[in-house]
Amino acid sequence: MRVAMRATMRVAARAVMRAAARVAARVAGSCPTVCVRMALVLTIALCLGTLAACGSMPDSVIVVAGSTSVQPYAEVLAEEFEHQHSENGIDVQGGGSTAGVTAVESGIADIGMSSRSLKEAEQALWSIEIAKDGLAVIVHPQNPIADLSLTQVRGIYSGEISRWSELGGVGTQIHVIAREEGSGTRSAFEELVMGNHRITPRAIIQDSNGAVMQLVADDRNAVGFVSLGLVELHPDAVKALRLDGVEASGRNVVSGTYGLYRPFLFVTDGEPKGLTKQFVDFVLSAPGQQILEREGLVPVTADREDEG
Amino acid sequence: MMRKFREKLPGRIFFLLALSSISVLALITVFIVVQGAPIIARVGVIDFVFGMSWAPSQGEYGIFPMIVGSLSVTLGAVVLGVPIGICCSIFLAEFAPVRLRNLFRPAIQLLAGIPSVVYGLWGLIFIVPFIRNYMGGPGLSILAGSVVLAIMILPTVISISEVSILALPPAYKEGALALGMTHWQAIRSVQLPAAKSGIVAAVILGIGRAIGETMAVIMLLGNAVALPSSILDPIRTLTTNIGIEMGYATGEHREALFATGIVLFVVIMILNSTAQTIVKRKKDQ
Repeated sequence: MRVAMRATMRVAARAVMRAAARVAARVAGSCPTVCVRMALVLTIALCLGTLAACGSMPDSVIVVAGSTSVQPYAEVLAEEFEHQHSENGIDVQGGGSTAGVTAVESGIADIGMSSRSLKEAEQALWSIEIAKDGLAVIVHPQNPIADLSLTQVRGIYSGEISRWSELGGVGTQIHVIAREEGSGTRSAFEELVMGNHRITPRAIIQDSNGAVMQLVADDRNAVGFVSLGLVELHPDAVKALRLDGVEASGRNVVSGTYGLYRPFLFVTDGEPKGLTKQFVDFVLSAPGQQILEREGLVPVTADREDEG
Repeated sequence: MMRKFREKLPGRIFFLLALSSISVLALITVFIVVQGAPIIARVGVIDFVFGMSWAPSQGEYGIFPMIVGSLSVTLGAVVLGVPIGICCSIFLAEFAPVRLRNLFRPAIQLLAGIPSVVYGLWGLIFIVPFIRNYMGGPGLSILAGSVVLAIMILPTVISISEVSILALPPAYKEGALALGMTHWQAIRSVQLPAAKSGIVAAVILGIGRAIGETMAVIMLLGNAVALPSSILDPIRTLTTNIGIEMGYATGEHREALFATGIVLFVVIMILNSTAQTIVKRKKDQ
């Protein structure tokens, strides 16, 4: 349905463009050389056409922007929501948690996605947790190490432990892989694991969960951290380490025994209304939460049932 | 009256169009400086350029490791790429049979047309695992970046040095041969020295290409912000610092990335003006 609507829009836009070209041609008709005339026609046609295209956007579109960790899940949810409510559009964009929150504050986005808790300065905004996502510390499947303590992980990432032999593995150098400054996954990892320590500047930096995972899957001496949901979708590519003896799994996140997890938040400026509210309600509804669970996240409803 | 107007109008329009490209340059410069200068002023030029620690979340902005990164990767690309490029241009200008030349030239031009992300992907699949398995380290390294950049600067180096060899007056070569030199002697002691400034300009333009490259090196260098101890260590360049962090950066962090852009801008301007001086000196001779 949505595709059909877009096609109609495109046809309409093209008709407007053609009309614009005709207007432009008449204006330019009075001008001298052919070359100049053509340039004028093109310029005027483009200007009018662009204006027309801008004017014909549908009204019922909301913009969801922010964390690239939440983005793939939001896209799946948006697709399903559009399937059910074909007259509405959900425009999902990336940008990062901080950018998402800023976009909501400035009114550019209707919903901001955040993969970290809100900072103090951001507390004025309305927010709701849509799911929990564990953080998995991952190594190559053939790495003999399967269990580390939180202190050991901190040691690896602060640079104090630099060889696998210090952890009982084979004696090669550890290739530490981290995310870039500003990433929600990185700040969650810093908050949950590093405490006052810093991630070593020698760490290799990759700019997405996928890139970290690919690198660890290829390199026997690598260690990285990614969204647990992603690991559960590709269980053979990498090995998620047990932390202090607790297996990294959605179930252990729910029960609270696996401590490495962060909230996925939807943030809005004030109580959500209209289409925004419809979409948030859909995400929190049983079908919405089922989609998130199927995609590897820990639904918030499971949490509530446990408490209740 | 009308004819005079018709005659002048195209010139005016072309002037306006030319002006627009210059004004874009001016706009970009002003924009980068306005966005980036405040943070340099706050941190201090010396601390910003020679600072060793880059941790925007802690308010530390030192880009020295990245300057070292840009320079070392570029140096690596020059060491690997320039000898091959110059030899190839000598071959094309002096030795290649016409048929071979007609095959090589478009092939080299094609090399210039491959998007850098494709080079990056190719390097990630072939060069990085090779280095990891046979030379050690994580594979993402100065060496991996240098190898791929060396290939990327080849078209620039080859075509400009070839042109500068071909542009020599034929009398140089004829005179050398008439004096009894062999073909190789003529190339080595007459033609290459005469084409030197053109070849140097080719190398400098190649350096400019290497230092400004972003996408391929993001994929290949590993982006660690520390001084490397060997060519097998990962490193971050000025361009990749902007490329990798811009998506997430806000406030002061964002300003610091623009400031990184200022430093890069200055480096590239120095390179370009050097190239122009050299080319100009050649014309004056």
